[in-house]
Amino acid sequence: MFDYGMFKFSSKEEVIEKSIAYWNPGKTKFWRDAGIDLVIDKREGYVIHDMDGKRLIDLHINGGTFNFGHRNAELIDTLKTALDHFDIGNHWFPSVARTALAEALVKVCPGFDYAFFAPGGAEAVDVAIKSARYATQRRKIVSIIKGYHGHSGLSVATGDARFSKIFLSDRPEEFIHVPFNDLTAMERALSSRDIAAVILETIPATYGFPMPHDGYNQSVKALCERYGALYIADEVQTGLLRTGEMWGWQSYGVQPDIFVNAKGISGGIYPFAVTMLTKRTGAWMEEDGAAHISTSGGAEPGCFVALKVLEILQRPEVRANVHYLTRYFGDAFRDMIQNDGDVVVGLRQKGVVMGVEFAHPEGAVHASRALYENGVWAIFSSLDKRVLQFKPGVLMSSTLAEEVVDRFRVALPRMRELISQAPSVRAAA
Amino acid sequence: MATETAKLNFSSHSDTHGAMLDRARWAATTFARYDPVATLKIAKAVAQAAHSQAARYAEWAVKETGFGVVEHKRLKNELCSLGIFDTYKDTDWTGPAIDGDRRLVRIGRPAGVILALTPSTNPVATVFFKTILALLTRNAIVICPHPAAKACCADAADLLAAEAVKAGAPDGVIQVVREPSIPVIEGLMGDERVDLVVATGGPAVVRAAYRSGTPALGVGPGNGPVYVDSSADLTAAAARIVESKSFDNSILCTNESVVLAEKGIANQLLDTLRTAGAHLCSPSEREKLRAFLWNDKGFNVDAIGKDASIIARACGFTIASNAKVLLVPIDRLLPEEHFTREKLCPVLGFAPVGGVDEAIRAARSMTRKSGGGHSAAIHSQNETTIMAYAAAVPALRTVVNAPCSQGAAGFGTNLGPTMTIGTGFMGGSALGENLTPASLMNWSSIAYPTDERLPFGNFEGLTPWKTPSSTVSVPAQPARSAPAPHELALLREQIRSLVREELKSALGRT
Repeated sequence: MFDYGMFKFSSKEEVIEKSIAYWNPGKTKFWRDAGIDLVIDKREGYVIHDMDGKRLIDLHINGGTFNFGHRNAELIDTLKTALDHFDIGNHWFPSVARTALAEALVKVCPGFDYAFFAPGGAEAVDVAIKSARYATQRRKIVSIIKGYHGHSGLSVATGDARFSKIFLSDRPEEFIHVPFNDLTAMERALSSRDIAAVILETIPATYGFPMPHDGYNQSVKALCERYGALYIADEVQTGLLRTGEMWGWQSYGVQPDIFVNAKGISGGIYPFAVTMLTKRTGAWMEEDGAAHISTSGGAEPGCFVALKVLEILQRPEVRANVHYLTRYFGDAFRDMIQNDGDVVVGLRQKGVVMGVEFAHPEGAVHASRALYENGVWAIFSSLDKRVLQFKPGVLMSSTLAEEVVDRFRVALPRMRELISQAPSVRAAA
Repeated sequence: MATETAKLNFSSHSDTHGAMLDRARWAATTFARYDPVATLKIAKAVAQAAHSQAARYAEWAVKETGFGVVEHKRLKNELCSLGIFDTYKDTDWTGPAIDGDRRLVRIGRPAGVILALTPSTNPVATVFFKTILALLTRNAIVICPHPAAKACCADAADLLAAEAVKAGAPDGVIQVVREPSIPVIEGLMGDERVDLVVATGGPAVVRAAYRSGTPALGVGPGNGPVYVDSSADLTAAAARIVESKSFDNSILCTNESVVLAEKGIANQLLDTLRTAGAHLCSPSEREKLRAFLWNDKGFNVDAIGKDASIIARACGFTIASNAKVLLVPIDRLLPEEHFTREKLCPVLGFAPVGGVDEAIRAARSMTRKSGGGHSAAIHSQNETTIMAYAAAVPALRTVVNAPCSQGAAGFGTNLGPTMTIGTGFMGGSALGENLTPASLMNWSSIAYPTDERLPFGNFEGLTPWKTPSSTVSVPAQPARSAPAPHELALLREQIRSLVREELKSALGRT
């Protein structure tokens, strides 16, 4: 019996059955069929436990949502304390918490003037697009093929057709897609001079973290300037020290006109997102500050959590930890590529943003399962199944990092086995 | 204008110390693979930086804590920086050490993350000392200073940390707890991310270190008896005792507590002590001193490390301007006599004894409650007496014909120069020697069968952590700029002459 006070389940099977019945049949069945029968129960730090008690080290961290681990004690204390005094608040009025957080954010975002808050990344991306359209008085948005910016009205149109067509929400006339790392295609799109903005994940996450070619981001920014478009950086997965700098765009030496952050800034405990704007890109707030309303955007308890997130990230120890993790995993994968090159062929890495490349076109799906069986949870890239998203959080200790590598090595024979049984191998052969 | 502000306390939980320990773990893991050349380069750079700031931190420590004498603290800072480096730099703390005859190979294994508690009495000298020992043995160190000396210690630790990284050490190899408190210290000591606690402080802290469950080297308090027999050079003995007792105003726990004078020479010794700079207290002065030095809570902290004249003034009497020590005759060598206890100030008990047997009994009585396993001194030419005394007093080091403060701490003797004196099992410690680099590491041994028909391997030139298939590069290390031999020799000579000169001036006529 699993008794959670407000509800009870007799078994994990019961949860899965009812989840299919009442929550989301497709999603629930997908994982069951993939051999990953996970219902997350207890969680602490970078470790999650299945209802069965199975222990897993979390390298998925939901795109950085759990950058600080699960139920980070400092963040929980912060939220609990904030709730002694605050609630979501009234979005119409200025607030102490929103003002304090906005000021703190502007201080750590050189070149930006305003912080606009949303409850999630998709809405923050919508705000970014709206701001760009207002500032340029142009409608069109360029994004990359297999980019990912969320699922709301505007953001979903920037992404893969898989998520827009099903809902008849693709808008090819307004949203143009060009290949990543292709400056010629980018320039061709921009040269029509009717583009409001290019939106780019600093490193495309759902695409499996293909690394931008040297100077790509800077060149895109230069092209934007040449053709009167704005540059929006989607920093949802690359912000908050994950690339080694506070913001990924700082790692690549590019100054966006707008950027978006979400997931990690919630500390994994209070939904939160932010769109950072300049005087120019935030100008619509002078004309009509209520042109975009978000009742729970900038909810005050979340502001406290976000402030604490920023404080933790500015500790020298945390920065040092990221640099050590970066080097440690870089070395470990170089070694595996050398010794187990039939399975693992490459590592895409910027800080603790990593994509592990497999020889097999669906290698990451099998790797994900083999790792799951060996106590590590890491998800494949849904838009490139050759690449495993490998995302340790910034506070991961050396001991846990070592355990991750140990488990990865132990899982290698199982990866080999699963890959050899995969139908696509025979098809490819 | 708001009439009421939210009184929300967000400081209840902060995991900065956990983050420090994680950072130290990375540093320790990385540092453990450094070779001797890179390791020595770092230790040397740090020792030089420490040495260059010895005077500044001496002044700062006295100002912050109110304990001790600037000039003597400067000397200790110098000895605990380049002096320590010079003492240990030629020893191999890394390995592999190949012993073909015994068919053994030893590979150095650093402790890892060391939590170093440093006292208020010898604050910066202990920071220097423990840091340099930790660096020589490739450990990461987290310094937790006594709250009364936190500012000077944190500043010194920051300086050393910056120098270490500049010389190629891994980031985070030296860190400091900026806001130490009892809960913080207890939390850190019990944290499983700490490999070794090295506790220098009061008995409570030392016991807490051992209770923490983390391997610990704690050292107990001292209470040094000094026996002077009729074979001693009394003038020299008196001069050494006064020099020792006034050195940093007795703040080293190796200082003499009570003079046990053989009856036949007791009066003569009193005279020579007075000539050497001791003020002989009258019975009424003795009682005033007693009232000032001991209260319900124990020893009066205000007296620690203060000049003799300041203490006398606080007691309501004056002493000659050149008097450096307050000499207090006592007649009962029993624990209830306050003056038989440890006194970290220039107050020295004095009692005549019948001979070495009575001196031993008195010494044992003095240290029965506290001070066991620490230090003792003797001034004698008689080897039988010296041997019997050293074997019977509860001290793990007996200094002969030398000032005990300095000599037992390894300055001017061949004991390991130290700010951390192991008091051994009789003093509630796992450490019996003066803390040396060897205390901060283990050795992994490769052992072959003694049967010589089985060949012993050739391990020359192998890098311990490199496996045949390993692609992992040796951690980023500075360019191998090993100092040229003549440069090292020159440095060594400079340090030796410095140490000689300092000792000569500090120890007077030894």
